[in-house]
Amino acid sequence: MGCEMESDQPEDLDVVLTSMWPEDMNEAGRQFNVERPGGDQDMLEEVTINKEPNIVDFQRLMELTNYSDKGNWQLAKLVKNWEFKQANVVRLLKEELDQLSKQQQEVELKKLEILEEHRFEKDGYGGDKRPISILDENLRYLYQDAPKRRKDDVVSQGEIVAIDAEYDSVVYWKQRAMHLEKLLEASLQREQVLVEKLQESIESLERQSTPVEELSQVLKRADNFLHFVLQNAPVVIGHQDKDMRYRFIFNHFPTLGEQDIIGKTDVEIFTGAGVKESQDFKKEVLERGLPAKREITFETELFGSKTFLIYVEPVFSKAGETIGVNYMGMEVTDQVRKREKMAKLREEIAVQKAKETELNKTIHITEETMRAKQMLATMSHEIRSPLSGVVSMTEILATTNLDKEQRQLLKVMLSSGDLVLQLINDILDLSKVESGVMKLEAAKFRPREVVKHVLQTAAASLQKLLTLEGHVAEDVPIEVIGDVLRIRQILTNLISNAIKFTHEGKVGINLYVVPEPSDVNEHGSEKKSRDQSTLSANTNGNGHADNSPSCEESELNDTSCDQNGDQMDQDKESRMKAEERIVWIRCDVYDTGIGIPEHAMSTLFKKYMQVGADTARKYGGTGLGLAICKQLVELMGGYLTVSSVEQHGSTFTFVLPYKVSSASDSDDTEELSDTYQLGDDGYDDDLNSGVFLFPPRTLGTLFSSQINGRIPKLLPNSYGNNCNDLLEDSPLPCSNKEGTSEEGSDSSGGAMETASSVPDIDNIRPVAQQEQETASECSSTNRTGVEKSETKQHKILLVEDNKINIMVAKSMTKQLGYAIDVVSNGAEAVKALQRSSYHLILMDVCMPVMDGLQATRLIRSFEETGSWDEAVKAGVEMETTSHQSCSTSQVEETRKRVPIVAMTANTVSESADECYANGMDSFVSKPITLQSLKQCLQRYLV
Amino acid sequence: MEIGGEYLEILGSSILMTDYLEYSNALFREGLLDGQFIQLQMLRDDSNPDFVVEVVTLFFEDSQRILNELSKTLDEQNVDFKKIDANVHQLKGSSSSIGAQRVRNACIAFRSFCDAQDVESYGFCFFVLFPDQMCLRCLQQVKQEYLLVKNKLEALLRLEQQIVAAGGVVPTLNDVS
Repeated sequence: MGCEMESDQPEDLDVVLTSMWPEDMNEAGRQFNVERPGGDQDMLEEVTINKEPNIVDFQRLMELTNYSDKGNWQLAKLVKNWEFKQANVVRLLKEELDQLSKQQQEVELKKLEILEEHRFEKDGYGGDKRPISILDENLRYLYQDAPKRRKDDVVSQGEIVAIDAEYDSVVYWKQRAMHLEKLLEASLQREQVLVEKLQESIESLERQSTPVEELSQVLKRADNFLHFVLQNAPVVIGHQDKDMRYRFIFNHFPTLGEQDIIGKTDVEIFTGAGVKESQDFKKEVLERGLPAKREITFETELFGSKTFLIYVEPVFSKAGETIGVNYMGMEVTDQVRKREKMAKLREEIAVQKAKETELNKTIHITEETMRAKQMLATMSHEIRSPLSGVVSMTEILATTNLDKEQRQLLKVMLSSGDLVLQLINDILDLSKVESGVMKLEAAKFRPREVVKHVLQTAAASLQKLLTLEGHVAEDVPIEVIGDVLRIRQILTNLISNAIKFTHEGKVGINLYVVPEPSDVNEHGSEKKSRDQSTLSANTNGNGHADNSPSCEESELNDTSCDQNGDQMDQDKESRMKAEERIVWIRCDVYDTGIGIPEHAMSTLFKKYMQVGADTARKYGGTGLGLAICKQLVELMGGYLTVSSVEQHGSTFTFVLPYKVSSASDSDDTEELSDTYQLGDDGYDDDLNSGVFLFPPRTLGTLFSSQINGRIPKLLPNSYGNNCNDLLEDSPLPCSNKEGTSEEGSDSSGGAMETASSVPDIDNIRPVAQQEQETASECSSTNRTGVEKSETKQHKILLVEDNKINIMVAKSMTKQLGYAIDVVSNGAEAVKALQRSSYHLILMDVCMPVMDGLQATRLIRSFEETGSWDEAVKAGVEMETTSHQSCSTSQVEETRKRVPIVAMTANTVSESADECYANGMDSFVSKPITLQSLKQCLQRYLV
Repeated sequence: MEIGGEYLEILGSSILMTDYLEYSNALFREGLLDGQFIQLQMLRDDSNPDFVVEVVTLFFEDSQRILNELSKTLDEQNVDFKKIDANVHQLKGSSSSIGAQRVRNACIAFRSFCDAQDVESYGFCFFVLFPDQMCLRCLQQVKQEYLLVKNKLEALLRLEQQIVAAGGVVPTLNDVS
């Protein structure tokens, strides 16, 4: 029967929704046969339905119901329910019985009445049939539902009546008989009806459910419900005995058959991660006797990776022993995944937040740092003004009559002051670069000149026996565009650094063109690098190939070396090709010094860092220099590197891009050739000589001209203006002509004894001049008188806007025996220069209308090009007539380089560097003193 | 008076000369003047005996003009800091030429504020927040220094004139240091 139910199951499930109740389930009439009022367990055994998904060990179920409290209770409940139903039925039956017995009594009564009537009729020979029919009718009605037994009684009674009726008259009896026959017939009919009724009643009675039936109904209902609820739920329900063997399992999506599961343990059924754990967990529950939940992730071949939330509860026997576990597992893989995702997200959010906090902190710190830096910058700025006051006062003080000790003290004061000033300038520069305020200028300048100036300056202040050399490769353009101030600053920094750490040997600068970076690390000779650049030019292949440095270089070289006819065409061509091109120039600053230990390389460019504490003590310095260099180089789009071998020397290399304006280059070359034709070789040579040598300055060589041979490029005639350049540069230590006292060498003081031979502009030999330079600051007081008389014819132009300054300067020059012309701004100076030529210009830097720097640039431009176009462009109204009518000789004369001496107030905007960069030759500090003016005039006007 | 005018004159002029030296030394000590003033005095020669007076007078005129201009500029609605800077620069130049050290220093301080006004990197600065107030303060400082040095210089020049009037020779000031 169980099997039958099993097969029925699916359809049942479908029907369940509409009607669930026992009536529908009852089709099988066979159930009546199975009545076994005896044991409950038997009934259950029959009733428990083996559905497809559940796999049941029925034996075990019975044991369970027998021995476990839970099963017991469940059965008791079912029985109670059944008993209640039965009681109800009994009550109903009793009621019916009562009714029936009442009816019986009434019938009995009627019967008696009839009998009496009949007896009376017997006695009186007459009888009325009407009452009987009525009774009959009544009886019929009443007896409809009466029990069969009583019908029998009535029938027997009726027979008696029929027998009694034969005694009277024939007709009467005939009629009577007929009547009775009818009655009998009716009675028979009734009987039949009653029999049917009885049968029916019996049937219906039998149909009343037996306890088994009833209980199975209930169970089935529960089961169906359960199935209905569970049909799609991802749950597994099971029961395992105390050996962890499955006795029951419900699994809606089974992968194993019953025989594979029942009687086996988890471990026996499947393997993989989590199986053992779940089994152990069940055992644990079994041992502890307390229900528990746990999440277990399975990783099995059977169903892949799934996470189950498992609820396990122990099952107790009536004696209180655990006899197994019920467990229910729900698949929560998705939830777990979601949860894990959430956790991960939360974690990420937390991390994000932490990062954010960290960032905020960093930002805060950075802001603080920036503020601190700005404060530092502001303070430095504030400090600089008064400090420069102190320094300049000290300088002035140094020009007064002092004894030896005072001079010594002053020397210290000056050098300390200079040091602090330098430090402050460094700090300001750094903070400017860092805050992005540093603006780069783009101006034309000549790399060779810069190298030369830097080396000169370094050589001048050199206090060691070092050779300073410079080598500018031929391929380096004569003029490039860049921020010369900054480049000079970098070079000066690197050179002074190199000198600082070099005790013997040489320090030098190499300048050459390299291809666009990436593989410039190689230390190549000039030749090599040239090859490289040529190579790159050839392989470049893009539209700008012709603009690459090497081409340009070769052209330049052509123009400067050969004077072939077709060279001009080339120039024009090149001019056509591009307005601007970029050339990468590499600059090596090398020394043979103490070198840099490898471990210090990383901190080398950091601020306030020196290689070691002892180094700092030994060599001094702020440690800002290299940091500034690096920042400046990077600001200009290049990079700064260093290579070093300890005890052998270091090489600092920076590679920078420069613009080369092709148009101006060709101009230059044309101009160059002009000068060539004019025979003014000096200019040309100056432009192209790429070798500078400053041998160790020793007493012996000071005035010897022996060295000439070593530096052929600097040979006579080539120097012209260079002389001025060299001389101008130096507030240099001046070594005594007599060579007696080196100690007084660094003061720019005019009280010093001077070299008697003041350089001759036209005929000076470069080397001699270079030596001369060391003594250049000096002037001989006893020559003043002579000069006074000699120099009357010199024309000086003073460009100054301040009336008082003019008055003072005028008075001073007058006292020195010079007459001066005065104009009040740069534009007027340009005009004045156009009108007539001067031997010296004293130029204020800061002036209205046009400042001294611009005026100087315009003047220099005129000197180079011979035209005032630049000035006109700059808005100076030129007197065209005089310009046009200039004779050639006049032009020539005018176009000699006029020494321009700046008068600076030692402020930021009037730095010496800037003066040099704009083409000035020297500067005097304001307020000018008689002495400084005298020195200046003597230097340029001989 | 009766004893002999000449003697008195000499006496007077020597007293005047001592006064003059003391007075000028005091000026140097107080930092009102610096070595540049000596430069001026050194420029005075026979051909131009009034050189110092001329220059100083010119300085007074010029300075007064500049100070007036500065006050005017600062009174305007939109202060033209460039103009201020230019004027202060002028005053700085003149004062340093004359050797009026403290005026010059006040000007330097003034200008440093003007610089700060120009350069963004010095952003965090009281001056940038209240430039006109700062300028006013600086201007007052400059004025004060100017008036001080003016009075002293006038007194000094008066002394000089008295010495000259008394027939003495204005002593050349040696370096104060």
